[in-house]
Amino acid sequence: MTFDTLKCAATLENLNQVIEFVEEAADRFQLATKKKLGMLIAVEEAFVNVCHYAYPDAEGDASISCGNDNGAFVVEIADSGAPFDVLSLPAPDTTSDIMDRQIGGLGVHFIRTLTDQVSYRREEGNNILQMILHKAEDTPP
Amino acid sequence: MTIQTTKEANATVLTIAGRMDAVTAPEYEKALNEQIAAGESAFVIDFQGLEYISSAGLRALLATAKLLKTKNGQIRLANVLGTVREVFDISGFGSIFQIQDSVSAALADLG
Repeated sequence: MTFDTLKCAATLENLNQVIEFVEEAADRFQLATKKKLGMLIAVEEAFVNVCHYAYPDAEGDASISCGNDNGAFVVEIADSGAPFDVLSLPAPDTTSDIMDRQIGGLGVHFIRTLTDQVSYRREEGNNILQMILHKAEDTPP
Repeated sequence: MTIQTTKEANATVLTIAGRMDAVTAPEYEKALNEQIAAGESAFVIDFQGLEYISSAGLRALLATAKLLKTKNGQIRLANVLGTVREVFDISGFGSIFQIQDSVSAALADLG
């Protein structure tokens, strides 16, 4: 495993830096463009969630690690906020019409849909969301 | 993200280019809200140059579309392509917005 890590304050001003960091790693990995764009959206959703919810009463850091793990492109986003598994949130209703559509809930839907595998773990006081994309165009079952 | 505004005979066209993400989406919302406040009620949003949209971008689109609906306004999207189209499809937004293949088709649809 060869992972690079970026640690920064969990604020929206750092979103571009986070996206560029992951994009450079994805390019080095030679992830297909379509998969890369999907991963970047998932990374934005995960990072923005940390910015908005991980540290309600204080400032804190987010740590983004990514790289090649046995031929898969892996991104992990960690925060040291209270234990919270974003994957425990229910799927949004994607069928309701314009006025009934809720404004929130889509972020985790994108994280699930645009990655090949996603998992949450609590480790040494950190929430860690791991997202994996396989190099091949076709998604394993 | 850049936003270019053009007044056509029957609608205001907003041409969006670049990235519509958690940082830039508020700019879109502000631009459209200003047009609505100025009395405009028919819009075409041209996504030809849009490279990327996240849920924050969709949230801004939805918020302005809801506001417009309460004022009996109308909105059409044009040139929803590539990854942006895929995001619309997996979010179900492809079926809650009226999408046309071109700005001219969207303007014609508004009548």
